[in-house]
Amino acid sequence: MASYKELPKTAQIRLVSSHEEVYEPCDDSFALVDALLADRTKLLEHRPMLCMEIGCGSGYVITSLALILGQEGSGVNYIATDINPHAVRVTHETLEAHGVSAELIVTDIASGLEKRLAGLVDVMIVNPPYVPTPEDEVGAEGITASWAGGENGRSVIDRILPIADRLLSEKGWLYMVTLTANNPSEICLEMKKKGYASKIVVQRSTEEENLHIIKFWRDFDNEVDEINNQSTFMGSLLSQIPPFSFWRGNNGNDSDKNKC
Amino acid sequence: MRLLTHNMLSSNIRGVVNGFPLRIEAGKVVEKNVEINGDFLKNMFVKIDWKAFVEASQSMGYTELPEEADSSMLDSDEFLNRFHHALLELHLEEGALVCPETGRRFPVSKGIPNMLLHEDEV
Ligand SMILES: C[S@@+](CC[C@H](N)C(=O)[O-])C[C@H]1O[C@@H](n2cnc3c(N)ncnc32)[C@H](O)[C@@H]1O
Repeated sequence: MASYKELPKTAQIRLVSSHEEVYEPCDDSFALVDALLADRTKLLEHRPMLCMEIGCGSGYVITSLALILGQEGSGVNYIATDINPHAVRVTHETLEAHGVSAELIVTDIASGLEKRLAGLVDVMIVNPPYVPTPEDEVGAEGITASWAGGENGRSVIDRILPIADRLLSEKGWLYMVTLTANNPSEICLEMKKKGYASKIVVQRSTEEENLHIIKFWRDFDNEVDEINNQSTFMGSLLSQIPPFSFWRGNNGNDSDKNKC
Repeated sequence: MRLLTHNMLSSNIRGVVNGFPLRIEAGKVVEKNVEINGDFLKNMFVKIDWKAFVEASQSMGYTELPEEADSSMLDSDEFLNRFHHALLELHLEEGALVCPETGRRFPVSKGIPNMLLHEDEV
């Protein structure tokens, strides 16, 4: 078959391992990988040394990134964390099935890494639990933690942002999945206060959700016209994102959250 | 878990001031060959806490690293090969990481450290 001759660029679903308590690759995972593919040339020119995924789930995304950017011989190393021990084991299997590797840690976001890894991460990718839910579901055991995002789906996102800021290198890039209900334009403004510019790399509407993959990078330009550009840019960014609306889900439909 | 990762990990227990480096209890150590990249090693060298790195490699049974190192040594292929081997090719497969201040053990199983804390440690 012709496709066998081509080098695989992203993880293959049939090689992605699974477990009943682990989030399977879904529209959000595919959108994040599409964002990485859209930025492939830039990522290669970026020459990252350390790449990190927070909340690696099945390992579909970090495996894809490793296939896109190459391994140690290319000078790239990968670290992935998840709060769910099953997810980290499944990620290990997915990486192995594709012949790539990453350092894996079971931890809450990047707990244990915040001191020594500060300023070293060149590319960070996050598909966080973003579904608005009651606060007490956040960080629950197993699969619930993969989607339960608390108020406006922001509980985990809002904890990740300052940690990302701490871990990212000066040239570091963050790619993050958000839902309209997370109020992405507000997230961009929060990050702007920390000195980051932002851009929507991929936007995708499914029946249930309206997803944005946003890229953040440190914006060192303080020149006046840059600021002007930036504000027009923010203006256009805000107009790209539909107005803030609350996620309306069917109550008791939570078990469907893992299904594509 | 590679020693690169060990060098980036600290004890995350609430109240611990000096959580680095975690002491390694090596159960099973495995070696996996990976391609060497000189640029990566040179860039990483300045980020590595050398003393912690040497101690960690010794606890994994590798004793070929010099006690002290400075960047001029990066010109030596022999040094680079040893640095590469200890940093990226040695894996702690089974064992534990021990908090230097409290003695709390973080288990490492199938090469994966578990840094999750109990409720009273957060
Ligand atoms: C939406 S899933 C994404 C999984 C995978 N990255 C993907 O794109 O298919 C979110 C993941 O984040 C993990 N997670 C949730 N809270 C976390 C936390 N506090 N620290 C680390 N990981 C977390 C979940 O266990 C889950 O695997």
